[in-house]
Amino acid sequence: MDDTPGSGQDFPVIARFEVRRRSYLAPDGAPLRALPSFASDLDLLLALYRGMVLTRTFDLKAVALQRTGRLGTYAVSLGQEAVSIGVASAMREADVLLPSYRDNAALLWRGVKMEEILLYWGGDERGNCSSGPPHDFPFCVPVGSQAPHAAGVAYAFRLRKEPRVAVCLFGDGATSKGDVWEAMNFAGVWKLPLVFVANNNQWAISVPLKLQTASATLAQKAIAAGFAGEQVDGNDVLAVRAAAEEAIAAARAGGGPRLIEAVTYRLGDHTTADDAARYRPPEEVQARWKEEPITRLRSYLVSRKAWGKSQEEQLAAECQERVEAAVERYLATGPRAPQTMFDHLYAELPAVYA
Amino acid sequence: MAVMSYLEAGKAALAAEMRDDASVWALGEDLGRGGVFGQYRGLVDEFGPARIVDTPISEATIMGAAVGAALLGTRPVVEMRFADFALCAVDELVNQAAKARYMFGGQGRVPLVARQPIGMWRSSAAQHSQSLESWYAHIPGLVVVCPFTPADNYGLLRAAIRCDDPVVYMEHKDLWAMTGEVDEAADLPLGKARLVREGSDVTLVAWSGVLRAVEAALPLLQDGPSVEVIDLRTIYPWDRDMVLDSVRRTGRLLVVHEAVATGGFGAEIAATVAGALFGNLKAPVRRLGAPRIPIPYSPPLEEACKISPAQIAETVHGML
Ligand SMILES: Cc1ncc(C[n+]2csc(CCOP(=O)(O)OP(=O)(O)O)c2C)c(N)n1
Ligand SMILES: [Mg+2]
Repeated sequence: MDDTPGSGQDFPVIARFEVRRRSYLAPDGAPLRALPSFASDLDLLLALYRGMVLTRTFDLKAVALQRTGRLGTYAVSLGQEAVSIGVASAMREADVLLPSYRDNAALLWRGVKMEEILLYWGGDERGNCSSGPPHDFPFCVPVGSQAPHAAGVAYAFRLRKEPRVAVCLFGDGATSKGDVWEAMNFAGVWKLPLVFVANNNQWAISVPLKLQTASATLAQKAIAAGFAGEQVDGNDVLAVRAAAEEAIAAARAGGGPRLIEAVTYRLGDHTTADDAARYRPPEEVQARWKEEPITRLRSYLVSRKAWGKSQEEQLAAECQERVEAAVERYLATGPRAPQTMFDHLYAELPAVYA
Repeated sequence: MAVMSYLEAGKAALAAEMRDDASVWALGEDLGRGGVFGQYRGLVDEFGPARIVDTPISEATIMGAAVGAALLGTRPVVEMRFADFALCAVDELVNQAAKARYMFGGQGRVPLVARQPIGMWRSSAAQHSQSLESWYAHIPGLVVVCPFTPADNYGLLRAAIRCDDPVVYMEHKDLWAMTGEVDEAADLPLGKARLVREGSDVTLVAWSGVLRAVEAALPLLQDGPSVEVIDLRTIYPWDRDMVLDSVRRTGRLLVVHEAVATGGFGAEIAATVAGALFGNLKAPVRRLGAPRIPIPYSPPLEEACKISPAQIAETVHGML
């Protein structure tokens, strides 16, 4: 039965909305439909694959460092690598990334060094002075507060007539924040060059999506703000990349904002300070491993004869080596001198601090 | 020198900065039609709606967008209508604007001005009357300014816009119509107090709207003690040197502010003076501020919350 208020009477329908779900590769790597045009560039696909594998190697090492007391609390992106990589790979250098704390993969893709990320999560803010694009924003830990910033960043592009796009990532839980909604509303009203990406990993620490929102999709939240939302298979890096590419191009061309909901699953704990087994049945997690993004892309690459066992072994060794070298550089960084605690507080330290 | 009202001085300051620097822009609710009090009237005609920007009613995101735009190198002037409504945006101001430079290792800077009018005004009741400068003085990374004269509203707003740190800029609503001479060529620094009047017996430190009561108290003290009056005007970083130099000479300190006395910035000044000049003091340090109640709607009750000239005169006499 149609429960639309006024249905069954002759009131006219004045608005209808649709949300589509984009996917290209099945969990076993088999194409579901014609692939996006960039997929003919095998080097690009291999780069996406390498980026995801490096991220996973790095994440697992970071957890090991935390477990042995050499790193602070750390949030892995296990199982969600395709979201960050797919989005970051669709950006231009001049675009501005506003990541959440789980977007290690995007930062690595954008040129931030592994030792800088470790430095930051090791409790040293010098890690924020990174080798990535200087206009990119650092990790944002207060949930959702990067969204209003993104609106301002995009407004600054407008003010200066720069053909740049702001790309803002946040989690499913963040969509419950007024900040995120307000920022989407701003972006809609001002038609800003801004792409929002909701990484829907189904969980906000211990709170499942159904306790976060009664909305059937997160993508539809864009509709009320006056722009399009799309759901994509967040474990399919081709889908994420294609959606991001289109959204960024549209935004750059003056088409205004878009929201991409990337549906994925948090295979790991929320952070190293969390034990998800206390609130989440292991069977649920096991089942989700069948959908994870790295195996999926590898299966496709193997089916294209673009990848094989020897390359895989070589890549694993190479990633391991790079990560170990970065860890060494991180561990060799001396602590900050206590007298630097007033550095960067003001443009010039006021006399009253004397 | 031009004669301007406090309101016109603020408007002229913003317009001057916008003419000088294309990266300066203002955003807030109802700015196109001139702002709540008319402080922006006519600016949209000169600068257009891309730089005098009407926003949705979303204080947190008005402030947050300004943080983002400031980090990208623009200089946003944020209008919050009332300090009371700016509380919806405190997260962005305190956790983001005030922290970004420090947390990003000096790479980012947030040169925004958060204009948020304070003070009791025409029986505006508990949610439109507060003076919350001490909240922001407590936050490392913020600059807090409370101008009193039209000249200061002109000069300090210009300095605030040029400042590379986030500035909480608190105009007093009851001063909008007050006129005074404004030297548009003067360069006023942040962090420096204004010596209103020299004196030798008591140092009186005050700022913002309550200085009117201080001015009115002075004739009542004509044949009494000689009072040195300091308008602090920048609450943080405050001009500790001028205050200490003065109290070193007078041996007595009275701080007067419109804000609730408990935990007000007067407490910081009193403690600093007591700590630094204990041996010089000839009388206990005194503070005057509002009682710790919401500002009443009722005009007679609101009036009773204000510091009166008689109260100031009496307190000064009691210190001798
Ligand atoms: C404003 C704010 N409220 C609460 C928290 C505590 N917190 C940290 S992460 C988190 C869950 C966020 O979930 P989601 O947005 O889905 O992102 P995910 O961790 O799944 O990537 C919470 C509640 C916070 N950091 N900031
Ligand atoms: Mg989540």
